[in-house]
Amino acid sequence: MSRPTTLAEKIIARAAGRASVTPGEVVTTKVDLAMIHDSGGPRRVEPILKRLGVGLFDTKKVVLISDHYVPGDTEEGAAILALTRAWAQEKGVSFYDGEGICHVVLPERGHLKPGMLVVGGDSHSPTGGAFGAYMFGVGATEMAGVLATGEIWLKVPETIRIEWSGTLGPRLMAKDMILAMCGKLGMDGGRYQAIEYAGETVRVLEMQERMTMSNMAAELGAQAGLIAPDETTTRWLAEHGATDLPEAADWQSDEGATVAETHRFDASALEPQVAAPHSPANSAGISDYEPTGIDVAYIGACTGAKYVDLKAAADIIRGHTLAKGVELLVAPSSKRDQERAERDGIMKVLEDAGARVLPNACGICAGYGSARLGEDVTCISTTARNFKGRMGAKSSMVYLGSPYTVAASAITGRIADPREFGDAA
Amino acid sequence: MNRAFVFCNDIDTDALAPGQYMGGGIEVLAQHCLEAVDPDFASSVKPGDVIVAGKNFGMGSSREQAAQALKHLGVAGIVARSFAGIFQRNAINLGLPVFVGGDQIGGIEAGDDVELDVRNSRLTTLSGTIELEPLPDFLIEMIADGGLVPHLEKRFARERMNRGEQQ
Repeated sequence: MSRPTTLAEKIIARAAGRASVTPGEVVTTKVDLAMIHDSGGPRRVEPILKRLGVGLFDTKKVVLISDHYVPGDTEEGAAILALTRAWAQEKGVSFYDGEGICHVVLPERGHLKPGMLVVGGDSHSPTGGAFGAYMFGVGATEMAGVLATGEIWLKVPETIRIEWSGTLGPRLMAKDMILAMCGKLGMDGGRYQAIEYAGETVRVLEMQERMTMSNMAAELGAQAGLIAPDETTTRWLAEHGATDLPEAADWQSDEGATVAETHRFDASALEPQVAAPHSPANSAGISDYEPTGIDVAYIGACTGAKYVDLKAAADIIRGHTLAKGVELLVAPSSKRDQERAERDGIMKVLEDAGARVLPNACGICAGYGSARLGEDVTCISTTARNFKGRMGAKSSMVYLGSPYTVAASAITGRIADPREFGDAA
Repeated sequence: MNRAFVFCNDIDTDALAPGQYMGGGIEVLAQHCLEAVDPDFASSVKPGDVIVAGKNFGMGSSREQAAQALKHLGVAGIVARSFAGIFQRNAINLGLPVFVGGDQIGGIEAGDDVELDVRNSRLTTLSGTIELEPLPDFLIEMIADGGLVPHLEKRFARERMNRGEQQ
């Protein structure tokens, strides 16, 4: 009987063509899929590929998604998008143009499967871990190396197990869970190892909620943020066009596998979490906050504007209007999620309350676009990062919260506890 | 000797490469490198200077312009208590040496004379030599080659030569 191993070790061993791997050893693995976007993608990798005199290792294993410079309303952005489109056509790779943010579009179009080793040209690539794929982010030069060789080196990670028990209360979401983890473990708590989220609370989360947790493994400083696949995973993937799905049972951490650390959290004791400027690690329960007025409420990004997030915001806002002087910006993560939210009346609730709807793109979360925060603006946001100056002026102050909390804040004009609004969820 | 520029924990890549300057060239971006933390950094850093930092240097976005901006400014290398993983990989891929150092680096102050010895993973200061955590040999080789791209150029040239010899 072989040594019990973690999910991360199983995926890496398979991709490295090895029977097993040990944390700490450096291995070279095959890459099953490479995802790139318009910012770090063609404009950055093509000059390197040209210099190396090689093409793509496998056009069928490369997915390109435009999301950073969408909608291309500046000269510079339009030029980058034009270059991106021309490259996609020349190379014949799968290309999603203006369809939404890469981390949401990639699984939505059936590209991810449990057990895959996937490299993404973006730091929130751990989002793919929600599907039981070992997915991590790299910069453009490293991505060019991957596109040229189909390989990447990895230091086999230790696994940090984070176990959640108990049931989330009303108006609480995965976002509150991950902010609580950031508050407790800090932005280097993940030590660039593999986090595996587990426990009964995680098991009952729907896929888009799991994505929020895996997405912000980046803010925990982990390389990957895995959730072992189950029936929820395979059903969701099948509904989204993934084919030849493996058995979920084949991609699990074995009982007794060695983990470096185990952290335990109790969902039933959790209150809505808010991260104060300028770090997600400044997270605390909402009752710790003095009344804080806000100017802008932002529902956006791969982290916080998926269908599940839009729905949560609408649940709070329905029947209310925005507080005087507050601007609500909504940038749905993907076109499909926005269309579904339109069909369900969710977008109408948000728009009727006075929300301004922005393109399906990274937008101000990544510091792009015309809606960037001005001097001394206070914002509460569903996004992942509130670093100084990231979303706009250096004097702007960004708080992070769940879509429930951001919506409650938008209608009260201060950072507000969403549990003040009804008790459904 | 060169000078040390000292930074705190959790320096993020938005500070190193601000999003609003990302569409321009590296020359423009580099002039705004770290301005949110130290407005004088880009104008005062000289080639050969070394960044000494706390924990989790380079956290956040994977934009490698964060490392590229420092390299463009001539920074000889970064010595930190720890690095964010993607930044550390990016820096090495661009041929910018990055080393993890222990408690001793906490004693280095801004403006101190320092010299980084990449081959031997050492930082020399006026008060002595600090041993840094060595990188695996293949990464030292990659840095010596000037980063991943020249490293791959060598590999592909070697592979082409080998194929040629077999024919």
